[in-house]
Amino acid sequence: MSEAPAANSARATETKTTTCYMCACRCGIRVHLRGGEVRYIEGNPEHPINKGVICAKGASGIMKQYSPARLTRPLKRKVGAERGTAQFEPISWEEAYTLIVERLAKIRSTDPKKFAFFTGRDQMQALTGMFARQFGTPNYAAHGGFCSVNMAAGMIYTIGGSFWEFGGPDLDRAKLFVMIGTAEDHHSNPLKIAISKFKRQGGRFISINPVRTGYSAIADEWVPIRPGTDGALLLALTHEIVNTGLYDRPFLARYTNAGYLIDADPASDTHGMPLRTGEDFGQGSPHFSHDELWWDRIADKPVINHAPGADPYLAGEFRMPDGKPVKPAFQLLMDRVQQYTPEWASEITGIPAGTIRRLAHEMGVTARDQKIELPIPWTDSWGVEHETVTGNPVAFHAMRGLAAHSNGFQTIRALAILMSLLGTIDRPGGFRHKAPFPRAIPPVAKPPKSPDAIKPNTPLGGLALGWPAGPDDLFLDENGGAVRIDKAFSWEYPLAVHGMMHNVITNAWRGDPYRIDTLMIFMSNMAWNSTMNTLEVRTMLNDRDESGEHRIPFIIVCDAFQSEMTAFADLVLPDTTYLERHDVMSMLDRPISEFEGPCDSVRIPVVPPKGECKPFQDVLIELGTRLKLPAFVNADGSRKYRDYPDFIVNFETEPGSGIGFLAGWRGKGGEKTMRGEPNPRQWEMYAQNNCVFQYKLPRSYQYMRNWNRGYHEWASRTRLRRNFDPLIIQIYSEVLQKFRLAAQGKGTSKRRPPPELAKRIERYFDPLPFYYAPLEMEASDTTHYPLAAITQRPMAMYHSWDSQNAWLRQIHAHNYLFVNPRLARGLGIADGDWIWVESMHGKVRCMCRYSEAVEPGTVWTWNAIGKSRSAWHLAPDANESREGFLLNHLISDELPPAHATGGRRMSNSDPITGQAGWYDVRVRIYKAAATEPEESWPQFQPVPAAPGTNPVRRLWQAFVAGTGEWK
Amino acid sequence: MTQLALVIDLNVCVGCHACVTSCKEWNTSGLAGSLVDERPYDRDPTGTFFNRVQTFEVGEFPNTQTVHFPKSCLHCEDPPCVPVCPTGASFKRPEDGLVLVDYDKCIGCKYCAWACPYGVRELDEDRKVMGKCTLCVDRIDNEALPEAERKPACVLACPTNARLFGDIHDTESVVSRAIRENGGYQLMPEWGTQPANHYLPRRKTELRIHRDELDRADNPLKIDGLLPKPPVKDPSLDDVTSW
Amino acid sequence: MRPAFSVIFLTTLIGVGQGLFLALYAAELGARLSWLPRQTANFYVAGSVIALVFLAVGLFASFFHLGRPERAWRTAAMWRTSWLSREVIVLPAFMAIVFAYGVFHFLGYRGTIALGTLGVIVCVALFVCTAMIYACIRFLQEWASPLTIANFILLGAASGYTLAAAYALVEAPVLIEVYAKWAIVFTLLALCSRIATLARNARIRPRSTLQTAIGVKHPRIEQKAQGFMGGSFNTREFFHGRTPDVVRGVKWGFLVLAFPVPVALLAAGVFWDVPMLILTAFVIQYAGLLAERWFFFAQARHPQNLYYQAMS
Repeated sequence: MSEAPAANSARATETKTTTCYMCACRCGIRVHLRGGEVRYIEGNPEHPINKGVICAKGASGIMKQYSPARLTRPLKRKVGAERGTAQFEPISWEEAYTLIVERLAKIRSTDPKKFAFFTGRDQMQALTGMFARQFGTPNYAAHGGFCSVNMAAGMIYTIGGSFWEFGGPDLDRAKLFVMIGTAEDHHSNPLKIAISKFKRQGGRFISINPVRTGYSAIADEWVPIRPGTDGALLLALTHEIVNTGLYDRPFLARYTNAGYLIDADPASDTHGMPLRTGEDFGQGSPHFSHDELWWDRIADKPVINHAPGADPYLAGEFRMPDGKPVKPAFQLLMDRVQQYTPEWASEITGIPAGTIRRLAHEMGVTARDQKIELPIPWTDSWGVEHETVTGNPVAFHAMRGLAAHSNGFQTIRALAILMSLLGTIDRPGGFRHKAPFPRAIPPVAKPPKSPDAIKPNTPLGGLALGWPAGPDDLFLDENGGAVRIDKAFSWEYPLAVHGMMHNVITNAWRGDPYRIDTLMIFMSNMAWNSTMNTLEVRTMLNDRDESGEHRIPFIIVCDAFQSEMTAFADLVLPDTTYLERHDVMSMLDRPISEFEGPCDSVRIPVVPPKGECKPFQDVLIELGTRLKLPAFVNADGSRKYRDYPDFIVNFETEPGSGIGFLAGWRGKGGEKTMRGEPNPRQWEMYAQNNCVFQYKLPRSYQYMRNWNRGYHEWASRTRLRRNFDPLIIQIYSEVLQKFRLAAQGKGTSKRRPPPELAKRIERYFDPLPFYYAPLEMEASDTTHYPLAAITQRPMAMYHSWDSQNAWLRQIHAHNYLFVNPRLARGLGIADGDWIWVESMHGKVRCMCRYSEAVEPGTVWTWNAIGKSRSAWHLAPDANESREGFLLNHLISDELPPAHATGGRRMSNSDPITGQAGWYDVRVRIYKAAATEPEESWPQFQPVPAAPGTNPVRRLWQAFVAGTGEWK
Repeated sequence: MTQLALVIDLNVCVGCHACVTSCKEWNTSGLAGSLVDERPYDRDPTGTFFNRVQTFEVGEFPNTQTVHFPKSCLHCEDPPCVPVCPTGASFKRPEDGLVLVDYDKCIGCKYCAWACPYGVRELDEDRKVMGKCTLCVDRIDNEALPEAERKPACVLACPTNARLFGDIHDTESVVSRAIRENGGYQLMPEWGTQPANHYLPRRKTELRIHRDELDRADNPLKIDGLLPKPPVKDPSLDDVTSW
Repeated sequence: MRPAFSVIFLTTLIGVGQGLFLALYAAELGARLSWLPRQTANFYVAGSVIALVFLAVGLFASFFHLGRPERAWRTAAMWRTSWLSREVIVLPAFMAIVFAYGVFHFLGYRGTIALGTLGVIVCVALFVCTAMIYACIRFLQEWASPLTIANFILLGAASGYTLAAAYALVEAPVLIEVYAKWAIVFTLLALCSRIATLARNARIRPRSTLQTAIGVKHPRIEQKAQGFMGGSFNTREFFHGRTPDVVRGVKWGFLVLAFPVPVALLAAGVFWDVPMLILTAFVIQYAGLLAERWFFFAQARHPQNLYYQAMS
């Protein structure tokens, strides 16, 4: 044996808890160390998120920790070297700080918006956002715009909460679970735990997806659907449920705006807006007056909504005393969905009409006949006491399959409305919120309204990202143009609530709306898979203007690994791994809350940083201090926080607010929760408690939280919300109608879209959900490009920021394009053949793999397996680069020029939210010629290993922790 | 007599590979020594793993099942790999039925792998001895671990709890009940190896809706007058006949 | 199965050595019974040395099959259950007997017939042990047959007698014809047995299928991913990785080289008295046997291969 047992046990072993970061799931882990090296990482059984389980990535953390691709020193691009060639020289941190601070201080004192700061899926948006705001730039966002902002926006603008961090399916109590447009991933371990329990309890699981893998594999029924057509299916389901009366009328009447009377006079300036009394029933909220009207069917007259004893008509057409025609919102919805018959949807989705009807009946009958009644008394926002909480046990889950289409917002609105029709919002067995959600619809946070918010040496006057409630909340200059570099919150993408990271490089390169000076990227691979138009972006990143200057003058990249993106940096900052850093999963950001109450967690280093690596948070605090950003310095300009852990403990949103990043163990001695003075021993207390804080709400506050007075009072006391008015589900979206009215030259807002965008706003800002083909599909010649092409991350690599992991890459070393054999054989393509995939934007050569588990009009592949040659410190002929490929080369970040709106280049994104339309691309496939090389195309020049990275063990390695060296 | 085994529930396995890497992770630094990775960052990386998850497609579109299929040593009750071993390195532990390899005795002749129909033994190309799943014998025997954690690493890792662990000779154990109640089966029964590990098949939950369930007196459409009763004055049988 | 060259050389070389010993013993027995002319002690001594060389080189080749050859001494432990262990015991025992047989003749000791008889018994036991290593793996259906034992014995005897005929050129020309005739007989018998094996194996229906391998009853099952992409022990050890054309070529190669060609050369060599033809017969037959043994492995379809069909 290579190692005697005695030798092993003699070495000191210890166990520490922290939080995983191999993906965004944030499971609790226990890290066993032997002789200071990571011996074993296991799930922490005491942790509420994963309850002891761990996934393939989590269990491969060792190989991330000891990866040879790790950057260990700050690097500066060599003088004269081109960007992209990765020619670096190491510099000291002091030099790096000086370089950055000099540059940023100059920008800040002249025009702060010339600094753009965009981050990947980093889980520290509260801090990064705060840094950007303190700096004074509006040009900040994380990756949400190209991930799933449609999911967040579509649901939050409808029900005040969303899937994943902010809410999810209550599979403990559901009887029917419908998963639509969810890949192998989102909400990894908790969802796996829940689905398994659900199935073992005898629940019925239906998966609607073009591809049957992962979760769909264990569904009781797989319903294959054509990509981008989910909206048609959801509307047809709604059609059937409405027409058969399978909706939960009492729920709709009381908890949604279904009964609100809507102005039905097309000539009216307030057409399509709810009628209001003009009195303030806002229950203290300055944002919502709650004075909409019902038509009471008992008194048969208009009354204020929720008037005691009243019950609104949901259908019909009425005339107000002044003669104005009005209709309840639900009637408008019914009118809308009449056209969406199952037969109509069948043509679009490829799902037989009979199946659509059956699905609708299964949902409706299960919701109606298998009601759950829990003996939990609660009081609603209007003071009515209820003895029980009821639930309709139909749960849904959806994610990027719905979101990443340019019709995704309206599709997700349709889903949220369907869930509401079935009466499943924040009720047992349905969808349930997670703190700090539900929020107001829309949430109160708003972006700045004008460029006045940007002033030299001054923090930004407003939040860089927020939730517009109407045209007045758009972030526009005097001419109605965009203020942000990504054009979020402009008339082009008014509800781009997560920003539009995918447009930043193109816009900055083009100087539209303006040129920037410095682009700082954290943990995002913009030169590879985190960009829609990889080839162009790689060119733009290195492009120079007429004067020979780079169009993007300075690029700072912070990453832990030598990625494709670091090659393009002028300055590379080596980040730590998750095992070497402090982190917080904060209530100010995206916490790990459970249905039962708020929950946050931390990471605490288990091993020291490698080389000169520094946690990015420490770097930000250092930069903030050196730049003298107000939040990071005392009044006299001196350093306020020693480092990130010190900052986390002592920072309060306002002096004395008692609100900080962490909700647990606050107060001087750790005796308070949610709110309280800073506790100097807070980290220690998290460490003693598995790095997690969980607060369980009283049972009566755990449900119906949109309208639960007790919960609202609790949330107000803990300052999760300022107000405690009810959060009425927006079956009919007043916000969208405000935009539409503006486009029609009506409404209360003075702001009007530019004429060339008015039609677009009017069409897509429909207050009721509707189906339209994704924009790129409309712009494509679908006879020439008949196929949809989509991607998903495999479970073993989902959301992990690398795939150079020595163990995981043995599972997925390269990728194939999965093609239905019927389709492939018709094109003369055999299993394993080299083929070309071509869209109107580009083409790639790859290998075909037959699969009966994909809808014949769709081809798909595992995303981001393909790597650029020798990136991630892989050999230049590694499978990832020679056989692997990236589908991104087929996708464009902008719609074809021919489809420009009024001469504007439009992003290939949802016209409402700016969500990147990744999944809209249309392709054709054909066999590669026999004479062509058997390797994927395009190929890229290899780059040298960065200084400071470890040499790769070329032939073999065998890891034994605690030996002090590797065999 | 005890026979420890895994029961793998294909009805809930989503193919996430958690069992694969947690196995690798536990065993590479375990008592038995390292599991090699050859060409870890080069072309065709390969290494020793005791557990793999495979994917099969059953049927034709649209009636396709995607089956994720984890496979490790099945710890046969009559293991064909044991009697062929010339050195006695491969053995079946009498007290709990584990099929194990004594790495100190193994000469790396690979004969046991030839004699295993399931392809679950892997020769470690660095250490040149035969490796295989031990059901984490160094966990289940380790009294320093809390009782609840004396289980194979893959079992503790599995997010869907698709891997049950226990004694299949104890008729009341979790695994025996699962086999009995959910149609547990063995792989390649034709060879009489009596694998201790069992698999639970896919099971399908269906919902049948009777037409009557769509026709109910409390249909909410009525409340809003959308399923109106015909006016009293409309013609009816009352008008035309007196019986 | 992937043909392992160490094992190919082991089995063919010791087969030749065993066959040669049988031929030596037959010559002595024949002489004792006055059926054949008596030979000098030198004939037996040199013959034993040649047999020992083949056996030793075979044994040496087998070490290349082991991951840990320094532990090879352990292999004798499990003779109760393991045919490999038995072979490991019987092979040195046989070598010792062959050695003693040579020494006895060299020193002119009596009892060479008794020792030779014991040698024949051990020799047959060695054939059985070697063959049973393969034939006892019941799910390797191509191997699990008495024909495997017959093939090993007959091919060993044939090649040993062919070598004996060639050897007789030097030491005992009078035996050339006898040895050549018996070599032809054994070669033809081996051909019958080998063709019977081919015919049998062509008709085998694998008892294990994808259905039994994963326990799903459906006529259409396809693997999409074996769980890794860069290969593993299971893909390296159990797949020969050659095209069906190559395998077919090797089959026809050994059917020609190991049987008709040596038979014709032996017959021609005896008939026209051309010694070189007899030596050539041995060389060609041995080459044919290497091909035969390669094919023996390549043809065996291991049921584990059902689990390792595809990647994605």
